[in-house]
Amino acid sequence: MARITMREAISQALWEEMERDPNVFILGEEVGVWGGTYAVTKGFYDHFGPERVKDTPIAEAAIIGGAIGAALTGLRPVAELMTINFAFSAFDHIVNEAAKLHYMFGGQFVLPMVIRTVGGGGRQLGATHSQTPDAIFAHFPGLKVVAPGTPEDAKGLLKSAIRSNDPILFIEHATLYQVRGEVPDGDYTTPIGVSKVQRPGKDVTIVTYSKMLEISTKAAEQLAKEGIEVEIVDLRSLRPLDMGPVLESFKKTNRAVVVEEGWRSYGVGSEVVSRIYEEAFDFVDAPIQRVAQKEVPLPYNRNLEQMALPQVEDVIRAVKEVL
Amino acid sequence: MEKEEYLDLYHQMVTIRLVEEEAAQLYQQGKIGGFLHLYIGQEAVSTGLIGPRQPQDRVITAYRDHGVAINCGIEPKYVMAELLGKATGTSKGKGGSMHMADVEKNFWGGHAVVGAHLPIAAGLALGDQYSGKDGVTICMFGDGATNIGYFHEALNLSKVWNLPVLWVCENNQYGMGTSVDRASAVSEIRQKAEGYGMPNSRVDGMDVLAVYEASEEILAKIRKGGGPYLLEAMTYRFRGHSMGDPERYRKAEEIKRWQENDPIGIYRAKLIEMGVATDAELDALDQQVEQEVAEATQFAETSPEPEPSALFEDIYADA
Repeated sequence: MARITMREAISQALWEEMERDPNVFILGEEVGVWGGTYAVTKGFYDHFGPERVKDTPIAEAAIIGGAIGAALTGLRPVAELMTINFAFSAFDHIVNEAAKLHYMFGGQFVLPMVIRTVGGGGRQLGATHSQTPDAIFAHFPGLKVVAPGTPEDAKGLLKSAIRSNDPILFIEHATLYQVRGEVPDGDYTTPIGVSKVQRPGKDVTIVTYSKMLEISTKAAEQLAKEGIEVEIVDLRSLRPLDMGPVLESFKKTNRAVVVEEGWRSYGVGSEVVSRIYEEAFDFVDAPIQRVAQKEVPLPYNRNLEQMALPQVEDVIRAVKEVL
Repeated sequence: MEKEEYLDLYHQMVTIRLVEEEAAQLYQQGKIGGFLHLYIGQEAVSTGLIGPRQPQDRVITAYRDHGVAINCGIEPKYVMAELLGKATGTSKGKGGSMHMADVEKNFWGGHAVVGAHLPIAAGLALGDQYSGKDGVTICMFGDGATNIGYFHEALNLSKVWNLPVLWVCENNQYGMGTSVDRASAVSEIRQKAEGYGMPNSRVDGMDVLAVYEASEEILAKIRKGGGPYLLEAMTYRFRGHSMGDPERYRKAEEIKRWQENDPIGIYRAKLIEMGVATDAELDALDQQVEQEVAEATQFAETSPEPEPSALFEDIYADA
């Protein structure tokens, strides 16, 4: 085991997969000479060369459309969208093309492609650069949506994504790149569409993913001092959504809080809570709570922005509400 | 070109015409659902364009795709079956009129969002370039598609990366009901390539041999590493944009004038004039196609509907 950052974990996954398979290549804005806006692909251009680390124009539809076409020819493109906010400029290609071509042409088209992108707020980038629209993308059958919360999962899930034959949106979080964690040595993969208990507990279940795993863990540590044992289930993939560990945990604790960074309305929490009520209604001891972003475009001002984003205190309050 | 090759082009054009006429009838009988965009009037473009392609050359087009499918070598019976939504269709009945494809024939669809397939075409070409293959991607689209951002992103990218793509604008004068001069800043679509430093030209899209020659020459240049090229084929659709088009935007005289310029009629006269075939030979070919299309329709009508289990098949490639 090595203790590395999320950035290093993602970078290692890309590097190892490119070494492993010559059909894997990267394309996107500033991925090459610059080394990646978040320095994930630093050193790749010099090692793998311009043909496999392709700098693109600022043209998101061309990046994703290009990745789709290249994938159809049998290559395994990893397209980088600088932020998920720019995915809207390629929305048509992600949800109307990538998500549909395999089905719509009767299984003839195969798209082994990954779209790596970065979401989340908290860096005072204003309303257009700080969103967490994960749930929107998870709405579309045909697409897979993955959003890791630990370096170990980030590396294993990205390697699985690159080896998968389906289009996958891989959402990283801008404020998690420096987070460190233990990562197994050598080659390993983590299955897509499998939720995981990241912290065992018996009193209440927190269902979360990505950055909110960090916030939820901090809340759980504080609650532990008060004798409240929180079990945290990390979804890791939003589609396919694995409710197994969630329901198993809930049937034990009978109480749940869903924590997400995106807006509450029509969000990940809406989906998870509905499924718990549908599939484990007899186990409900208290109304399930949702912690999410306030329903405003994220403001620039630091205090206002933090007020809008879910905080550790919000999670603690919600847990106490369900107990 | 050998006599068989000349006649093959004629055969393809007549097949497209009769398949489309049959499709129009089946649509009116309620056997074909959704939208139906007929290729009648534009047969010479796709036929001439795809005629000289090599097997490794990929073809991708927009939603007016039945003719292109036939030119790519898909048998009319599979086209007809897809129109009828049958399990034997090109896309197992899940794509419909606008979404036909056959990967084995290097025909990559059939794309219904205007302009969205152009970046995908650039990607197909990138795939061949990356893998060191000498295939050229032939990407067809209408004049309307040249006003959307995808066109510009794709052309720019193709030039920056010197991708092996033949961009083909089928200028049929109208994007749905809006004429080119009401929608495009330049009426000569080929001029848009100038902004990307891309070679370009116009061709008479009603003359199949003119299109064939242009395509053959341009494909050879691209194959040698010449980079992308924009070809504008001037053409006209004899029917509405889709079935049920009230056609308030163009006058009957204009349609009549173009119909006198029928690409099949022009080619037929040329074949006789060149001494390639006689009237009687071509009449016999027409009858043969009628028979083939009738058999295709019969095949489609008697083919099974998709099983209910097909609903949940092929959502993902991985289990």
